[in-house]
Order: sequence, then C-alpha cells, then structure tokens
Amino acid sequence: MMSSYESPIRKPLILGKKYYNDLTKDVSCPVETKAGKLWWISFIIALTAMIWGGVCIFYTIGKGIGTWGLNRTINWAWDITNFVWWVGIGHAGTLISAVLLLFRQKWRLSINRSAEAMTIFAVMQASIFPIIHMGRPWNSYWVFPIPNKFGTFWPNFNSPLLWDVFAISTYFSVSTIFWFLGLIPDFAMLRDCSVKPLQKKIYSILSFGWGGKAKQWKNFEEVSLILSGICTPLVFSVHTIVSFDFATSVIKGWHSTIFPPYFVAGAIFSGFAMVQTLLGIARKVLHLEDYITQKHVENMNMVIIATWGIVGIAYISEFILAWYSGSPFEDFTYFSTGASTGPYWWAFWILIICNVLIPQALWFKRIRKSFLWSFVISIFINIGMWFERFDIIVLNLSHDYLPSTWTGFLPSFVDIGIFIGTFGFFFVLYLLYGITFPVIAQSELKTILKSSNEKYRRKQV
Amino acid sequence: MKNIEENRCRIIYVLYKDEEVLLKGIKILIDKGVKIKEVYTPFTIHGLDKILNLGKTSLSKMAFIYGFLGMFLSFVLTWYTMNYDWPQNIGGKPSFFWHMNVPAFVPVIFELTIFCTAHLICISYLIKCALFTGSKDQNPDTRTTDDKFMLEIIDQKISNELINFIKKSGALEITMKDL
Repeated sequence: MMSSYESPIRKPLILGKKYYNDLTKDVSCPVETKAGKLWWISFIIALTAMIWGGVCIFYTIGKGIGTWGLNRTINWAWDITNFVWWVGIGHAGTLISAVLLLFRQKWRLSINRSAEAMTIFAVMQASIFPIIHMGRPWNSYWVFPIPNKFGTFWPNFNSPLLWDVFAISTYFSVSTIFWFLGLIPDFAMLRDCSVKPLQKKIYSILSFGWGGKAKQWKNFEEVSLILSGICTPLVFSVHTIVSFDFATSVIKGWHSTIFPPYFVAGAIFSGFAMVQTLLGIARKVLHLEDYITQKHVENMNMVIIATWGIVGIAYISEFILAWYSGSPFEDFTYFSTGASTGPYWWAFWILIICNVLIPQALWFKRIRKSFLWSFVISIFINIGMWFERFDIIVLNLSHDYLPSTWTGFLPSFVDIGIFIGTFGFFFVLYLLYGITFPVIAQSELKTILKSSNEKYRRKQV
Repeated sequence: MKNIEENRCRIIYVLYKDEEVLLKGIKILIDKGVKIKEVYTPFTIHGLDKILNLGKTSLSKMAFIYGFLGMFLSFVLTWYTMNYDWPQNIGGKPSFFWHMNVPAFVPVIFELTIFCTAHLICISYLIKCALFTGSKDQNPDTRTTDDKFMLEIIDQKISNELINFIKKSGALEITMKDL
C-alpha cells in the first residue's frame, strides 16, 4: 500500500536527492554547530538597537510621553503607526500555517515554522506600544477584567481599544501554542540527535517526552486541523478589530466602513513581504536553498499581488469617496489630491511609489521567480506599508475639522529610538530562534519528501 | 538467534527503514494474528490509523464543547461587568439590558470563544498523548524521530517461525526483551 501519492508532473518542493536523514541533518545543523561570524555581528547590532530602545522606553516611562513628538492635534503618531505595522506583519505566520493548511497547500511546510516565529516576535513588538503609551505601564493590567484597587471597576467592553486587548492577547497566545505544538516532534528529533548533555536536557524538557506513537500522530493531525479551523477566523478578526480603533471614531479619513477588509488585506500584504525579507536572508545564512525554492518565492509573490489587488481597490475607493463627498475636510484625508500636494506630500508619494507602483513588477514571472528582486520589492513593500499607517494616522489628524488646530508632526529621538529598539528586539529574538530552534518543520516536511520528487525526476530524465 | 521459549511474554522491537515496508510488515503481522502494541514513526503516515484500527479521536467534539464554554463565560463576563455589577452610560449606549448591549460585545465574545477552545483543546491533546514537561522519552529507539520506523509487539506466542517471517517482511533490525 502506498502511503503517499507521487505526482509525475508536479515540480518537487524540495530540491536535491534527499532522504529522511538528510532533512534531520539539515535542520539540526544550525542548532548543533556554533554560530558564525555573520550571526555574531548581526546579533551585536540587534542587541545594541534593543538596548537603545530599552533606554528610550525607560526615559519615556520616567519623563512621560511628552518626550515623544506628539502634540494636542496629533496625539497618536509613531506609537500607533508602529503598533499597527507590527501587528500587520504578524499576520502572515498564522495565515500560512492555518489557512494554507486548510487549503492543503504543501508548499507552506518549508516556510511555516519561520513565518510563525516571525508572527509571535512581531506581535510582541506591537504590544510594547499601547503599553508604554498608557504612560503608567505598571497599571496596564487594568485592561483585563480582574479586580483592581478601585474595587469593582471594570474595563469598558464597548470600547474598540479593549477589543484590541482581547484580540491581540488571544492572537498572541493562540499563535504561540499552535507554534509550540508543531515544535514538539521536532524538539524530540533534536533531543534524540544531540550529543551535548545540556542541549539534550533542554530539548528533552521541551519535547514533553514525545515518542512519535501512531496515536500521538493521529491526535496531532486532529489538533492541528482544529487549531487551523479556529485560527483562520482569528487571523481575520485581529486586524478587523485593529481597524475598529479607527473605523468607529468620528475622525475624517478614519470613520470608513471599508477599513476592516482593507486592513486585513494590507496586513497579509505586509506580512508576506516581511516573510520574503526574512526568508531571503535565512535561506542564505542557514543554507536552506534546497527547501526554500523558486516555487515558494513565486507562490508568496502571488499572495502579495492578490492582496495588493484588494488594497488597491480600497485606495481607489478612499480616493473617490473623499473627492465625491465634496467636503473640504475630506480633501485632506490620506488618500486625496490635498494629501498629494499638501505638507505631507512626501509621505503620500512614498506610499504610492512603494505600495502601488513597485509591487506591479510582480506581474512579470521572471521578477516573481527571482530571489533578489523578490527580496528588494519586499523591502519596499515593508516601507510602503509603514507609510500607509503613518499617513492614515498622522496625515488625517494633522488637518482636523478646526483649521486653527492644524499642525505638523516631527518625531523626537525617543520616538525613533523606540522604533529602532523594537527592530533590535525582533532581530535578537529571530537570531536566537535561528540557532536554537528547528527552523523548518522537518517532521511535516518529511511527509512530502516522496510526493513529487522521484516520478518527476524520472520524467525529466 | 536463541530458541524461543513458548508461552513467555516478550516485547519485540522491529525496525524498518521505509514507511512502505513498515505498512506491508504490519499487514502481514496482523494477518498472522499478532497484536501490534505500538508503532513509532518520525512523521505521520496516512493510512496507518486504519490498518491499526485506531478509531476516531474525540478532540473535535471536545473543541466544540470548549467553544460553547468560552462563549458562555464571555456572556456571563460581559453581562456581570457591564450590565449587573456596575452599569455605566458610555456614549449613550444602552447599559441596563445585555441583549441591547450585545452587539458591542461581539468582538470580545468571539475572542474569548477562540481563546478557551484553543487553550483547552491544547491541554486535552497533551493529556491524551501523555505529554508533560520533563516526562520520560516515550520512544524506545532514538532513530524513530529521525529516519527509522519501529513496531512494538508484546505477545506470548512468539516463535522462531514468526521471527523469520518478520525478517522476510523487510525488517532492518529485530530486538527482543523479556517483560
């Protein structure tokens, strides 16, 4: 009886003539060998940025958020921009693991582990911003419905900001357990092949005694499917709720009913771009060329261009609605002729160039399949998506209903420092993950090793 | 190999190098009436559960119940905090009746339903598979998480004939232990 179907026409998802043991070796190699010079240089740079960010956060907490570039008109700026940007980036991981699992997309197996790690680390960065924006982060537990020093004073469940708390914390914890359950069999593999006693002990604790029994695998498949089923609406709900922060307000340019699907598509768009950026680096540094192939890059680019389509429609709708309303205030929304020629013209045009013009190159197959071009375009999309959030927040707030309050925004060194710090923290976590965790879901990838390689190769010969 | 003493309970570990050979071997042994206690594999083998007659898991039903539990908890939480214990007039929204206030609670109800389902199903899965932090490794051979597949047989009627049969089925290695 064949346990797997070998397709004679489907291109292999893993390059080279590999057997199960080769996958084990390739995945355990970065864990067992010492980190290289490049890793240490990257780690020191990331750690320095993280420490600088930490110093800026302590300065903010000590002095108050007056140290930021905020003013009475623009009272949300870099903090919420960074929050939405990081949450958006955190959307690709669970989408790849959950939604692509439901669609039985096997190509996800080479990239899902690292994308999920990216999700978790990105959501961690995102959660920093609302907490420090509270001004008194030691009271941040007040957002949870637990008794506090005021007695029965409950958080307001009618508020989109509280919905955010529940959405982000649920997304973080559910993504983490989904990620960890998939890691257990791979930790068991590392436990069994590691030779250093301390390493063996750590992986033994993390593997929870996994034995790879038939019943365990059956339960594993079932629980993965259940978690995928419930994570799929969760992924879509999180950015929908983040968009409610704006859509339920009365600020012009924010109170738009198009925001929930537009934000979700934008999050997937930026999340996949970040996966392209990170895997572009990881592929070379961790020698994963056989596992992250042109097919993976092309498929991710297809998702990027598809979600761009949704984002593009939202841009056009926003522009037309602002123009058709005939309201002079609407002419200063982030997508209007006023925005393109006003004081923030540069932010508007960076968004247009990075998010609208450059991604069009992905319609061409040669560019879509190119590692270098995909990497370069993904960086532009990351920049563009940051500016999209900056424009929505700062540009809309800068020209409010009261012309006498119109003003600009200039970030302080603390604003910039905290943003750089979150980058540092993100890369510190990602670099540590790269040398201590199995970066590829080897136990799942082994299931497709025989699914396309042999017959395809024979046909090619 | 030593002569095998009849009617003595033994544990046999049979190692295979390929899942196709393993599945063939299992079928042959089941046809011979040998009871297979466990199969250890480095990854999921589709069809193995049917051959071993493992039956359906109850995890899906449990997830459904946990979902309802989470939803019920969120109903109670929103009603108690917002309508019963300390009703507040927030932006003129109705605050005295839960059914009038509920549209604003939908996001929290949804998130708590997912939260409870995911965490409780995860705990149930770990308990069902006997997976706990620091527990002893359950696989008898370290190669079963790498590239080898292992059968565990506990039987009293193990004869030389059967062992030869297992060997012929493509077994790479056979280890026997007294229970």
